Amino acid sequence: MPTSELHDRPALLEARGLSFARNDEPIFGPLDFALHAGETVLVEGDNGAGKSTLLRVLSGLLAPTEGEIQLHGEPLTLANLSPQVALLSHHNGLKQELTAIENLRFAAGLHGMRQGLSSVSALAAVGLDAFGDVPTRQLSAGQKKRVALARVLLAPVGLWLLDEPYANLDRGGIELVNRLLETHAHRGGAALITSHGAYAYTSGAPRRIALRPSDSRVGVGA
Amino acid sequence: MKPGSTAAACAALLRRDLVLVWRRRGDALTPLLFALIVVALFPLAIGAQVDTLRHVAVGIVFVATLLAGLLALDTLFRGDYEDGSLEQLVLSPHPLSLLLACKIAVHWLTTALPLIAISPLLGELLFLDPALRTLLPLALLLTTPLLSLIGAVCVALTVGMQRSGMLLALLVLPLYVPVLIFGAGACNAAQMGLPFLAPLLWLAAGLVLALVLAPLACAAALRISIS
Repeated sequence: MPTSELHDRPALLEARGLSFARNDEPIFGPLDFALHAGETVLVEGDNGAGKSTLLRVLSGLLAPTEGEIQLHGEPLTLANLSPQVALLSHHNGLKQELTAIENLRFAAGLHGMRQGLSSVSALAAVGLDAFGDVPTRQLSAGQKKRVALARVLLAPVGLWLLDEPYANLDRGGIELVNRLLETHAHRGGAALITSHGAYAYTSGAPRRIALRPSDSRVGVGA
Repeated sequence: MKPGSTAAACAALLRRDLVLVWRRRGDALTPLLFALIVVALFPLAIGAQVDTLRHVAVGIVFVATLLAGLLALDTLFRGDYEDGSLEQLVLSPHPLSLLLACKIAVHWLTTALPLIAISPLLGELLFLDPALRTLLPLALLLTTPLLSLIGAVCVALTVGMQRSGMLLALLVLPLYVPVLIFGAGACNAAQMGLPFLAPLLWLAAGLVLALVLAPLACAAALRISIS
């Protein structure tokens, strides 16, 4: 999609002067950026730069200290955000005692299911079709990440907030994430992903937001 | 793109929590065994004097139930907090208070209901007055959901802290005291042949109030705890 066409429509998510401080200690910001439908934006920063905190603020779990976030041009609240966002955080949100399929069925019950997908096909999409009946406890860290990605894929939402989606994944897994992000962008979804730079987002040239710890210098470039 | 119905979400949560309890059924039995052991130790310590035991039976059963509930309380949100499921619950498009009410319901069903089921046995171990055989389970049936609901609010407040067990006990015990007084008080009054309906009605009123307010308070407290 050409960039000019993208920016004619109102932004899916827009942050203005967004900053967050914990106990008066600045974590990030102020940040200004917009996320449009069909876009994938990479948030880059070193460990401790506030990437995860930014995602938690954008998901509505934390209230920003200053600035505002707009969703489709309206101020963000948990009530208007939750039907539109899927968050993949450091914790995968999977129950160790349940099998991969049971975890996904529960997620589908809680968040709803994307049309044309099922728990089984979502698991197949992340390459774990043979592991559906294995308790999550017995899966490797990378496989758990894949199950969590299947959960994100399953949710009928337009906005993905993925915290370190590449962590623990092998080469095939990294390609899988890139492929999922590309498909998601093609059907009009948007994604904000974080990375500390060790894993490269290879396909296309996503916009980047650079975060630096306790510092207000923010670079937004192509 | 439309999320599923709230009823479906509640059903999914109920099913998941019940399956989880079943998969960890050894842990789920702990409060039950705890109450049984506490009650069984009293006759050994006091001696098999029927009158003495009968006199304190109601109190012992109530205190054992309360402490067993306290033992199980910390597990209510702990697992979900640690593996990130709680974030997912907060981010779901459904009312958080309703989802939490489902969690509390499962918790009550799996920790308190078995205790009520064995309460006749607990009473028998302490030579409980035969006149109280139906009243004791009934009083527990009104008391334990109230304890679960009040306890859930306190757990929601403390779940973000490491090793919050002591703080939780300090927070929750003063709130449990009135419930204990009314519940055990009704049984004691009945044992002495006094009218016992009023304390039970107070408990019922408190339960109705807690059913409405506790899930809302829980939701607000959890939102603070995870931020």
